[in-house]
Amino acid sequence: MSLRLEHVTYTYSPGSVYETHALKDVSLEIPAGQFLGVIGHTGSGKSTLIQHFNGLMRPTAGTVYYKEEDIWQEGYSLKRLRSRVGLVFQYPEHQLFEADVLSDVCFGPKNQGCSKEEAEERAIRALQQTGLKEKYYKSSPFELSGGQKRRVAIAGILAMEPEVLILDEPTAGLDPKGRDEILDQIAWLHAERNITVILVSHSMEDIARYVDRILVMNKGEKAFDGKPEEVFSHYRELEEIGLAAPQITYIMQALRKAGIPADTSAITVEEAKESILKALGRIKHD
Amino acid sequence: MGIIKARNVKYDYIKYNDSGQPLERYRAVDDVNLDISEGQFISILGHNGSGKSTLAKHINALLVPTEGTLWIDGMDTKSVEKLWEIRERAGMVFQNPDNQIIGTVVEEDVGFGPENMGIPTDEIWKRVDKSLEAVGMTPFRHRSPNKLSGGQKQRVAIAGVMAMHPKCIVLDEPTAMLDPNGRKEVLQAVHELNRKEGITVVLITHYMEEVIDSDKVFVMDHGHVVMQGTPREIFSRLEELKTYRLDVPQVTLLAHELRQEGLFLPEGILTIKELVDALCHCD
Repeated sequence: MSLRLEHVTYTYSPGSVYETHALKDVSLEIPAGQFLGVIGHTGSGKSTLIQHFNGLMRPTAGTVYYKEEDIWQEGYSLKRLRSRVGLVFQYPEHQLFEADVLSDVCFGPKNQGCSKEEAEERAIRALQQTGLKEKYYKSSPFELSGGQKRRVAIAGILAMEPEVLILDEPTAGLDPKGRDEILDQIAWLHAERNITVILVSHSMEDIARYVDRILVMNKGEKAFDGKPEEVFSHYRELEEIGLAAPQITYIMQALRKAGIPADTSAITVEEAKESILKALGRIKHD
Repeated sequence: MGIIKARNVKYDYIKYNDSGQPLERYRAVDDVNLDISEGQFISILGHNGSGKSTLAKHINALLVPTEGTLWIDGMDTKSVEKLWEIRERAGMVFQNPDNQIIGTVVEEDVGFGPENMGIPTDEIWKRVDKSLEAVGMTPFRHRSPNKLSGGQKQRVAIAGVMAMHPKCIVLDEPTAMLDPNGRKEVLQAVHELNRKEGITVVLITHYMEEVIDSDKVFVMDHGHVVMQGTPREIFSRLEELKTYRLDVPQVTLLAHELRQEGLFLPEGILTIKELVDALCHCD
């Protein structure tokens, strides 16, 4: 088990009239190596939740474990935890600050106590993993495009060689190709380096394509938790809490209504294609 | 002349060195021609850095062309004395709702624009009422904007622009930061303004499925307009779109893939209904 939350509650302004529960009694286990998607409307508690994973927020009640160790026990090093559980915030490119790309990515490993050589080695490896071209390593981060800056920011976390990588809306504002490139790169890291990935996204299509499991948050509580096809089969309930299923789910439902026996658990274009071809049987026109 | 007309518009970003000498030029908009008539719903697609936002900022004269001319409702955006009139005619909504809300109460925020224009108080209130109604935010008028969801904030921002009675609204990725519901709310609000009030809309987005109801779509790449046409015409050209780092809505992609497998389906399917109908008639 990589991360475990036990009855975690987080209350803003406890005891005052503004008291709000951002998380209510959330229990959750995330096994090592999982690719987890987290969805929920704005204000559902997603961001509060992920900030508990690396100890940026301390639960009002309940316990957070990393590798079965209570991260808030006396003497537990949160600094070490944060280099193992890396968090890429929304619009992380706003946090770039160094004079050139390479120095910016070196900042994390240097802080971890790496020598200059080792930090650079790691930074270069991380930049390669995000697919940023070498000719940009010495550029100012501020001269890069939105997608390139986003890569630099993600590389900054990867250079710390985390075991768990949490990304909050890593593709917001990127064009379709940039979106695919970054997510493919993350999926590759997940497969190759076997890191645990937690992806927060408002794009149901992206979630459907990449994750093993979806956690749906609503009003600070777990609304659904399961395999993507399972969760998206509750598309009506998802709509009620401000979400939706991928467009494919709606297509498959509509086909079924029209009398074509399409598999309603298909959630990606590829799956839908297979299922429709199968449902139509030999009706392929040659 | 239409509401927006551009002739050979070029725009250069210039990088200066420490002593203020121009160092490099970067051409962000390159020879763009546009003719948009009043009441149209226009969408602009293009990858990051393709020049969409630079072009959009020309429409309310936040930027003026380095070369060429752009007219808003017949006014040349370079004419300084018309600047305020141009900005009243063409309003703009940006990506991040938190950067464009200034009032502490929703209705005050919406009234800010017309107040700045020197509109009499009772007329301001009429406009505030009407704008909030149009975007479905009347129940929230006495709330604090920072307690609203992203979609609600964006609708307040749109109402704020509307209260200035523009003829045209430019929205630069208004849904990029929103959840699915917020996206739906904002799009609905924008379409209603277009339909009911006849306001010309220019929508910039990275979500392909948001543009299917537009009258016309422009695709930008390297500062040029490289494709233009109806959504159906544009989304029929999947391979070409991919070369511009774009894609098509999932339903269009699925129909395309099924065609490749030999199913007899028309090109450029845009809605679930179209696909289901076509598949039902496949046999």
